Amino acid sequence: MEVLQNLEWTPFILTFKVAFITTFLLLIIGIPTAYFLAYSNLKIKSAIEALTALPLVLPPSVLGFYLLLVMGKNGPLGKLWESIVGHQLAFHFEGVVIASVIFSLPFMVHPLIAGFKSIPKSLIEASYTLGKSKLSTLLNVILPNMKASIITGITLTFAHTIGEFGVVLMIGGNIEGETRVVSIAIYDAVEKLDYTTAHIYSAILFVISFFVLLIVYTLNKRLEVKY
Amino acid sequence: MIKIKVRKKLFGYNGEFWLDIDFEIEKNEFLAVFGKSGSGKTTLLRIIAGLEVADEGYIEFDGKVYFDSKKKINLPPQKRNVGFVFQNYALFPNMTVYQNLLYALNDKKKADEILKKVELYQLKDRYPYTLSGGQQQRVALARVLMRNPDILLLDEPLSALDQSIRSKLQEELKNIHKNFGLTSLIVSHDMVEVFKLADRVILINQGKIEKVGKPRDIFIEKPVSGKFSFYGEVIDIKESDIFNIAVIEVNGSLIEIIVDKEIKVGDKVLVGVKGFNPVIKKV
Repeated sequence: MEVLQNLEWTPFILTFKVAFITTFLLLIIGIPTAYFLAYSNLKIKSAIEALTALPLVLPPSVLGFYLLLVMGKNGPLGKLWESIVGHQLAFHFEGVVIASVIFSLPFMVHPLIAGFKSIPKSLIEASYTLGKSKLSTLLNVILPNMKASIITGITLTFAHTIGEFGVVLMIGGNIEGETRVVSIAIYDAVEKLDYTTAHIYSAILFVISFFVLLIVYTLNKRLEVKY
Repeated sequence: MIKIKVRKKLFGYNGEFWLDIDFEIEKNEFLAVFGKSGSGKTTLLRIIAGLEVADEGYIEFDGKVYFDSKKKINLPPQKRNVGFVFQNYALFPNMTVYQNLLYALNDKKKADEILKKVELYQLKDRYPYTLSGGQQQRVALARVLMRNPDILLLDEPLSALDQSIRSKLQEELKNIHKNFGLTSLIVSHDMVEVFKLADRVILINQGKIEKVGKPRDIFIEKPVSGKFSFYGEVIDIKESDIFNIAVIEVNGSLIEIIVDKEIKVGDKVLVGVKGFNPVIKKV
């Protein structure tokens, strides 16, 4: 118990802050992106599809390296950010969030695409012939009937952001209270041969991840749409 | 009056063909488009609703132009006042019966009225998946009635239901058409259904109009001078020396009958009687 009392909780708070913000942003970005990818017939669709799936196959270090080039002191985004906000983007909390959004993009977009594709075309057409706009159809017909996919997207993104390591290390480094999330804190503890701390952090992360996934699978069963 | 003149290239089982159709629908008429599957019937309905675009043509509802390829006018489905009834009902599974109707038009008084008229009022708080197929299709009908459509477009609306419910719903559909003063266009490959419902039939084949007329004139031909005759399909043939014995399905009943060698399995035939002898004729 004494160990737990002396435990540094900041990495956890930071991790969940990153995860919550990333998931929220990705939900906002993911719905229009997935809507486009699920329903569009445009030629550039395949290119965008490939681009969204890229974080699944690229090593986090590759992604992190390029993001560092873009977001660093001399990168285009980094320069712009510094001139507006006053501090640089890389090695700061905001930089980690942007990197996580890009890194976790497929974990939100792919379940959402599957959700959009699961909606029978006739439901959408019925809504149109009843005089409803595309937006009204999206909000009242499509999204409410793909709740399971939305929940899957949210939880996978959340869980994936919690477990992220490589990209955060490349972009954020290991700065206490700013970018030292749990996964990095574990690495840090192991490096310092502080196995007790590493053990506790790991066990907590393990349990949280398990329960997050358990909730997804339970909810998915309950939210199945009945026709 | 509704004027429809459309052309569109379609891709069927036997390669491409042109849907090329020109007809008018009078107010309060119940018109049927009858033809085999793959003849372009459903596409025609979808073009009228604005769910698909014709390559060229013109669609006008009581003077209001919905589509004109020359003037590049093409109203989206939202701006066309049509009531589309889908084969699979297309009820919104996240809404109750009542919410489905109110989504079409937020008018509770009207929803109550329509639900009472089609005898669904006691089911109004149920979700679609708890209803039978026949009930679901009646809800779908009630839903399109909420918006007082200029035309009711029915895409094989009863084909997913079994025979007894289908025949009951045909009656009901006819009553709804009459009581609500609707103009209706049904697409069907069920001869009995078209005969029961429609004032006029357009027979289409490979995208082209073959015949137009009253159901009686279109369907009841008398190629043999028999007392009665039925259409059927050969489903089995037993070979023997001079004649073959065929099993023919006529409206769900099976008939075994002697036929000559020309008749093959899968042929559509007319079975009649002439001078105490059965007559089988290929159609």
